[in-house]
Amino acid sequence: MQKRITTPLTNECIEDLKAGDSVLLTGYIYTARDAAHKRLVELIEKGEELPFDINGQIIYYVGPTPAKEGMPIGSAGPTTSYRMDPYTPTLLEKGLKGMIGKGKRSLEVVESMKKNRAVYFAAIGGAAALTAKCVKESELVAYEDLGAEAIRKLYVEDLPLIVVIDAEGNNYYEIGQQEYKNSIK
Amino acid sequence: MREIHVSKITETVKQLCMDANYYLGEDIKNKFYEFKEKETSKLGKEILDILIKNSEIAENEKMPMCQDTGMAVVFMEIGQDVHIVGGNLEDAINEGVRQGYIEGYLRKSVVKDPLDRVNTKDNTPAIIHYSIVPGDKIKITVAPKGFGSENMSRLKMLKPADGVEGVKKFVLETVKEAGPNPCPPIVVGVGIGGTFEKAAFLAKKALLRSVDEENKNPYYAQLEKELLEEINKLGIGPQGFGGLTTCLGVNIEVYATHIAGLPVAVNINCHATRHKEAVI
Repeated sequence: MQKRITTPLTNECIEDLKAGDSVLLTGYIYTARDAAHKRLVELIEKGEELPFDINGQIIYYVGPTPAKEGMPIGSAGPTTSYRMDPYTPTLLEKGLKGMIGKGKRSLEVVESMKKNRAVYFAAIGGAAALTAKCVKESELVAYEDLGAEAIRKLYVEDLPLIVVIDAEGNNYYEIGQQEYKNSIK
Repeated sequence: MREIHVSKITETVKQLCMDANYYLGEDIKNKFYEFKEKETSKLGKEILDILIKNSEIAENEKMPMCQDTGMAVVFMEIGQDVHIVGGNLEDAINEGVRQGYIEGYLRKSVVKDPLDRVNTKDNTPAIIHYSIVPGDKIKITVAPKGFGSENMSRLKMLKPADGVEGVKKFVLETVKEAGPNPCPPIVVGVGIGGTFEKAAFLAKKALLRSVDEENKNPYYAQLEKELLEEINKLGIGPQGFGGLTTCLGVNIEVYATHIAGLPVAVNINCHATRHKEAVI
């Protein structure tokens, strides 16, 4: 059973999401990778305004390929999340409620997710042409000089995701692999 | 002596950059179907279906199958009876990469300096490996390498006493540590022997071989098979959510080494394992 969710994420929605859930996401999300994260955290440290209101929002770790004529975006699969770990707790403290990427997260990120009640989703790594079909609009928000790494606001429809780490800190990479191992014993 | 104009090299590199990013290899597609039959995880099967569908969209719409269209790794096997005319060979290769990545709507993922990190905006320079071979032709292979998997690769200088068991242990540790990060199912290239840099080169070169073609030496063919089985017992599964299909193939390349050493390099590649070649 797939759960349908929308942004901004409400507290009720976050508490309902459990590691292993398949979800379809509709709404606005923001893109940011390594370089954009570095700049966002520098702004927070200087006490300056962020280029978008991060409260209740989801950041998608993606650097898309250039869009062809008439298309909102090019291929747009997730990048590996651990590179954003050093910056993530600062953003969670500022009200970020969801992250979309792929791969493991640090203990510090998981602890901060539990404290700030946030969810980490995985998109299917490598399925970038398919994922692009879910993106209906793309608008540049900040840092155009970063090219593929600029912050964009995307409108996505029925983006298929899997809850990897929920707000309780349950981790589906561990649970799923353990379930598989138990099933073949 | 046969003359080949640099413009022909540029044109070929450009086309290969695009083809490698749009068209998934037949060997990989066949493995998807083969593993889908064997996979017992329901989610694992669904993910393999998604990856098949993704490759079809990429092929039909000529769009990159992955947004990380990689750093262009170019292997040049140049016949010793070829005379390259019309310009500088290295410039011609980089021009092909530049045109391929710009005209093919591929992502520009290269920064000029590893610490200063300013994007070159045309995905150059390429990583170029030259070798001189008999004949009067040039074989060009373009293998765009994404860094989700490249970052999970490792090299270790083992002791001769570690032997084949040491090699196996290191390969398994590397794959286990990588877990979900390199977008499993993965392809694993292993370089054994040579020197520090030769082992890494062999591991990269191993990834150019089709996953349904085994090492010509029966001993290493058997080792490839054993490693594949052991890796797929780790239970990482498609995308790391648990399952049988962690690895589609293990390719090993070996070279002579020093009496005091046993270098081993493990180059991990994602399921796409992109490479396209042409002979001119």
